[in-house]
Order: sequence, then structure tokens, then C-alpha cells
Amino acid sequence: MTKVWVYAELTGGQVARVSLELLTKARQLTGDVTAIALGTGASAQAATLGQYGAKRVLVHEDAAYEQFLSEPAADTIATLIEQEKPDLLLIGTTYNGRDIASRLNARLDCGVITDGAQLSLEGGQLKAQVPWYSATTIVDVTLSGGITRLVLVRPKSFTAEVAADAAAPQVEQIQVQISQQARRAIVVENVVQASEGPKLEEASVVISGGRGLKQAENFKLLHDLAATLGGAVGASRAVVDAGWVPYSYQVGQTGKTVKPSVYIAAGISGAIQHTVGMKGAKYIIAINTDPDAPIFKFADLGVVGDVLKVVPALNEEIKRRKA
Amino acid sequence: MNIVVCVKQVPEPTGTNRIDPKSLRIMREGVDSVLDPADEFSIEAALQIQEANPGTNVIVVSMGPERALEAIRRGLAMGASKGVLISDPNLAGSDALATAKVLAGAIKRENPDLVITATESSDAYTGMVPGGIAHHLGLPLLSYAKKLTVSGGKASIERQTETGFQRVEAQLPAVVTVTGSINTPRYPALKGIMQAKKKPVDQLTAADLGFSPEQVGEKGAKEKVLGWAPAEQRKAGRVIKDDGTAAAQVADFLAQLKVI
Ligand SMILES: Cc1cc2nc3c(=O)[nH]c(=O)nc-3n(C[C@H](O)[C@H](O)[C@H](O)COP(=O)(O)OP(=O)(O)OC[C@H]3O[C@@H](n4cnc5c(N)ncnc54)[C@H](O)[C@@H]3O)c2cc1C
Ligand SMILES: Nc1ncnc2c1ncn2[C@@H]1O[C@H](COP(=O)(O)O)[C@@H](O)[C@H]1O
Repeated sequence: MTKVWVYAELTGGQVARVSLELLTKARQLTGDVTAIALGTGASAQAATLGQYGAKRVLVHEDAAYEQFLSEPAADTIATLIEQEKPDLLLIGTTYNGRDIASRLNARLDCGVITDGAQLSLEGGQLKAQVPWYSATTIVDVTLSGGITRLVLVRPKSFTAEVAADAAAPQVEQIQVQISQQARRAIVVENVVQASEGPKLEEASVVISGGRGLKQAENFKLLHDLAATLGGAVGASRAVVDAGWVPYSYQVGQTGKTVKPSVYIAAGISGAIQHTVGMKGAKYIIAINTDPDAPIFKFADLGVVGDVLKVVPALNEEIKRRKA
Repeated sequence: MNIVVCVKQVPEPTGTNRIDPKSLRIMREGVDSVLDPADEFSIEAALQIQEANPGTNVIVVSMGPERALEAIRRGLAMGASKGVLISDPNLAGSDALATAKVLAGAIKRENPDLVITATESSDAYTGMVPGGIAHHLGLPLLSYAKKLTVSGGKASIERQTETGFQRVEAQLPAVVTVTGSINTPRYPALKGIMQAKKKPVDQLTAADLGFSPEQVGEKGAKEKVLGWAPAEQRKAGRVIKDDGTAAAQVADFLAQLKVI
């Protein structure tokens, strides 16, 4: 049977959502799904990984995975791949996932599909759909050669669902030593910039601001509206690069992919590199002074107007209705 | 100190990219090509280190067609010291795997203390090349830097994460990938543009670096394109002009969607 492996990324000891999405997809592809969990607290996550489809969980509890970037994980995974030769390894497109995949690709000389979606395995041949050119073109690709095919998948490409027939997975301790050589990119400090309310990637309402907000201080209008709606605030790259908000707000090709029920674009023109990160929203509302702004080409409701007026008015209106 | 910056020429990123139905590659004819805007941040980062450390060489390296020389010249005009262009018909169609191997080969000749790349290119955005380069050079990778300092034989970065950032450091030599929030790239001055024409550019082929045609380019690529289709587009909905009632109309829409 086709062997499919999933790299179960841990963040703060918890499995990243994208890894659960990948496990869900993996069990649709094959009955032979293995998850690899590395780092402090890995064993405690095995049950969760089993629920989402892992039959087998390979764990290695070692703080080195958090203390050093990419190399310890890449070394361990490469060793396992050389031993067991799985057909496919799925990794989420996260900062760490990308770093690990790039090293594995070079080390195993295996090729990699980045941003793979619609994965299928027909007669052992892997097929994926990859959005090219800021997702204006969908390309069908396959990989040839190499022991294991590597596929990076963006968060939210698949829906995470608990397996109905889930059983406790077989847990195996990985027998490896992390070399001195792999301990070079030292993580000295981890700074978490806490934000209130739901996380951008998980919120059902997202209100994103762009250059049309005119200045950093006006983001407060969006935060107020988000608080009223129980939503999260995002941003275009233009304002992230301008330093108005941290990078963690950025939606788009080089930022986050969001799929909320409602996405409100406030003062955002709608460049394709932005829309690629939000066009999966169920409904899009856009507020922009320019009637020709590209964002109006696919907004479900477009308002030609000034964000600095419409957003506070909307906030008051909703509060009034709720009262 | 020697700093190598990897730069790429790409089709104008704000233009519409098209696929060539025959080669299934990106259409480069009749499209403006520019130095990847993402690479300007890398060059600027290198130049800032150079200014703080006199005697530093900044070498811009690119693999691409002959005309990628323009991208190298732009880097030289910004202030880099020297260029290296790896250009060879056998390299056309290279995937990230081959690109990283070839670049690493060329970079090694420059004896770098630091290699700077963007986190991802604007046309391919695989983000796989920098880690590949680090692997082939046997160097640590400091990725997603929004801040970079080099001192005492060490590179220290602030690395973007999903929830904030990390402080990460490594002994040189190292590979660093930088994001768009690291600096504001300078515009080349007229003087710089004039000087750039006289700066040295080494030209290399795949064979010069010891690669056979089978190892690189189209032939060596692991990823094969089977077909393509234009992506589905969302349709435009209702557009209203704010006459003072827009807020109420948006609230009505949100109520209809049961958001409020
Ligand atoms: C390789 C690459 C990757 C990129 N990745 C991303 C990415 O991940 N995410 C991203 O967002 N961008 C990305 N970009 C940048 C993208 O191309 C756009 O430049 C960016 O999205 C523009 O941001 P903006 O809409 O805020 O600014 P602008 O394009 O300047 O638009 C501002 C809008 O505000 C409107 N406006 C002005 N005043 C008002 C007002 N008072 N009320 C209402 N509206 C007003 C204007 O009409 C205009 O439409 C990328 C670009 C490249 C080349
Ligand atoms: N052909 C190339 N020539 C020089 N540098 C490149 C090339 N391809 C990729 N790079 C470097 O690697 C980075 C990431 O590219 P990619 O992995 O293609 O997304 C780019 O921003 C460049 O710095």
C-alpha cells in the first residue's frame, strides 16, 4: 500500500492546524498514514494525530527541535526517509515547514511540489494542482524520480476532520542522535506578540485594512469593528511594509491565507497578490473610494465610499442594532 | 568580508503573467523584465553591512538568460561591487533543486562569509532555493529575517513567525533570507548607474561549474507539468455608492448572513 507520511509540526507543544488538515487528506489517499512529531511534548500529541488519521506516530522528544532552526528536524526526517522510503511526505507551508522541506529537497535530491492542492495518487502517480502566477492559472503537476515525493501544502487547502473509525495509533520512539553540526542556527528568544480576539486564520469575520486607511492610527477603527463583530484584523502588504501593523497581519501570497465567512476589505485596492490570500472567503465586502478599484470585480457587496467614515458608522450601526 | 546576494530577473510582478501553451513555462517574450523587487531588500541589507564594515565586497549572483545581466547591473548600480551571471541554454527550465545546486557552485567560488537571498522569488515563489543553497554549501540557514545584524563573526536576525518573531543567531558563514520589512531599498543614483557599466561581471556556464546537461535544466527537472487551466474567477456583486446609508446597508447584508 502507498505509504504517506505527514510532518506533524508542533507549535508550543500543540500540533499545528495545518498538520491535522494534511492527516485528513492523507487518510483519503491511503490506509497507511504515518505522522512524525518532533520536539518537547511530541508524545502527548500522538492521540490527537491518531484521531485525524495517523495509524502510526513516530516521535522524538528533544528540545533541540525548538532550540535550533530546521537542521535537527531535517536530519531526523531525512534519516527516517532513507530507512523507510515512504512514497509521499506532506508538509504544511509554514515558516518551519518550508525551511525543513527546502533542506530535505536538496539533501534527498527528490524534487518538491510547493503549494500543492487537489492531491491524488492514481496508480502510484502523484498529481497535484498548483496555483501559478498568483493563482491566476492552475497547473497540474507530477514528480518523477527520487525516493520520496515531497509536497508542501498551504494551510486551509483541506478541512481537518476527525476520522470516524479512528483507533489509538501505534507510537514509536525514533532512535536518533542530533548531531553537533545541526545545532548552528540558535533560537535565542521567542517573542509572542499577543493579539486580542480570535486568530486571523481562524476568525469567521476578518476586517483587513490597506493604504486607504491613510495612517497607522486609523487601524483602531478596524480593531473597534472587529471587537464588535468578534472578528480579527488583517492587512495588505503595503501597510505591513510601511510598518503600520506587524507582519502577522498580512494576508496574501507572501502572508496568510484566510477563509472566513465574511471578509471586509477596507481601503485595499485588490492586487492579485492580496486577493490570492482571501478569495476563498464565503462573502467579500469592499469599501473603497475608487469605483474602478479591482476589488469591486469580485466583492459580493462593494461600497464606493471613505473607509474613515463608513467603518465607524458601521460599527455604531451594529452596536445600535445589538443593543 | 564577502557577501553574496542572489538575485533573479522576473517578469514585472504587477503585470499579468501568462503561460506559454507550448513550453508550459512562464511567457517571457513581450513582457517587461525587472530585478525581482524582493531582491532589492537583500541588496540593500548587504550594502548596509558593507557601509558599516569597510573593505566588504558585495557580489550579486544570478542564474538566468543573457538579459538577466540587466538585473545584475541594477544591483551594481545600487552599489554592489561585482556580478556573476550563470547563463547557459542547458539551464533553461531548471527547477528549484537544480537552481540551488548551480547557484551554490557559483557562490562557493566567491568564498562568502554571508549569503543573502529573498525568502521567495516573485515569479516562482517556491521558497526552496535558499535552503538548498545552504545545504549544498554546508551552512546554517537563518530565514525570514526582518532585521539583520552582523558583528563579531556572527549573524543575528529577528525571524518572523506566525505569532511574533524569534531572535536567531549563527556563526558566519551563513545563509540569510530577508523579507520585505527589513529595510527601504535605495534607488540607484545616476553616478551609480554610470559606475555599474564599468564594474566586473563574471560569466559562467553549467559546464564551468561541473554540471552536465542531464543534471540541470528541463532534463534534470523532477517536477513535470501535465496541463493547465485558468483559475476560476469570483463574480462581481452589488456595488453601492455611499450616500450616508452605506453603513446601514452593510449592516443589513451582515444581518442577512447572520453575522449579526
Ligand atoms: C511578489 C509579491 C508578493 C506580494 N504579496 C502580497 C501579499 O501577500 N499581500 C498583499 O496584500 N500584497 C502583496 N503584494 C503587494 C500587492 O501587489 C499590492 O501592492 C498591495 O496589496 C497593495 O496594498 P493596498 O491595497 O493596501 O494599497 P494600494 O494598492 O495603494 O490601494 C489602496 C486603496 O485604498 C483606496 N483608498 C484610498 N483612500 C481611501 C479612503 N479614504 N477610503 C477607502 N478607500 C481608500 C484606494 O482607492 C486604493 O484602491 C505583493 C506584491 C508582490 C510583487
Ligand atoms: N535563478 C536564480 N538566480 C539567482 N538567485 C535565485 C534564482 N532563483 C532563486 N534565487 C534566489 O532564491 C530566492 C528564493 O527563490 P525561490 O526559491 O525560487 O522562491 C530568490 O529570491 C533569490 O534570492
